[in-house]
Amino acid sequence: MSFTDKANAVWQYANPKLFLTTTERVLPLFWIGAAACLAVGLIWGFFFTPDDYRQGATVKIIYLHVPAAMMAINIWVMMLVTSLVWLVRRHHVSALAARAAAPIGVVMTLIALATGAIWGQPMWGTWWAWDPRLTSFLILFLFYLGYIALWEAIDNPDTAADLTSVLCLVGSVFAILSRYAVNFWNQGLHQGASLSLDKEENVADVFWVPLLVCIAGFVLLFIALVLYRTGTEIRARRIKALLARERVGA
Amino acid sequence: MMPDLGKYGDTVMSAYGASILLLLLLVAFSLWRGRKVRAEMKTVEARLARNG
Repeated sequence: MSFTDKANAVWQYANPKLFLTTTERVLPLFWIGAAACLAVGLIWGFFFTPDDYRQGATVKIIYLHVPAAMMAINIWVMMLVTSLVWLVRRHHVSALAARAAAPIGVVMTLIALATGAIWGQPMWGTWWAWDPRLTSFLILFLFYLGYIALWEAIDNPDTAADLTSVLCLVGSVFAILSRYAVNFWNQGLHQGASLSLDKEENVADVFWVPLLVCIAGFVLLFIALVLYRTGTEIRARRIKALLARERVGA
Repeated sequence: MMPDLGKYGDTVMSAYGASILLLLLLVAFSLWRGRKVRAEMKTVEARLARNG
């Protein structure tokens, strides 16, 4: 099988029936993987890592804050890709996957904002500052809410998918800003990235390894949730279609 | 067993409590809605099959 054939094979999952049967088979693996990684990573991080010499025990919040913040941005990027697929190829599963991902993104953004505020109070002396990264994250959170509200507000699913896809393109600016705000502006309270390929910038190994396990847990949990929720959206769309057919037939 | 969190005990515990609660609510709501929609689809499909 050539690379082009393999790449084209991805599009077969645009068939809702094949998507549902395939995801039903693989979902248990993702649920189990997510639960295992989260349990190991959080227990390791909470119980078996030392305090930081400057932050004290508050360093343990990193195991929730960093994975949640990473997911908040990357979920929007995933929504951007699936929205583009919808706009270009008109695959319904793709639009429904973006819809299914949005509430997960809201929760991840909320966790990042809440844990950041809880950590910031003792460390910075304030719950909130209009810092570039914090502000762009707050705007990203509002974009998530707006995206969900737009899906709910429009009755025609194709029109809703079109308009939410455009909103997703616009919101991507803030997703990118949230990631790179620290690099764009050398001001504000938020420190640089905790994870980096540069060994000098990275957190110490004693924190880094459990943090990677937690990130793996958040990624697996997202995959499990988005596959499950996309299945729910596909079924909800089928119910709407069946009820419309019933009304026409009556 | 419980690590000594010093003066930051409330801070760390509230961050973990809020985050785990939000994650559990997300999973629970997703599963609840998934089951509800699945049951509704079965009902509608059965009704349509009966009525031809």
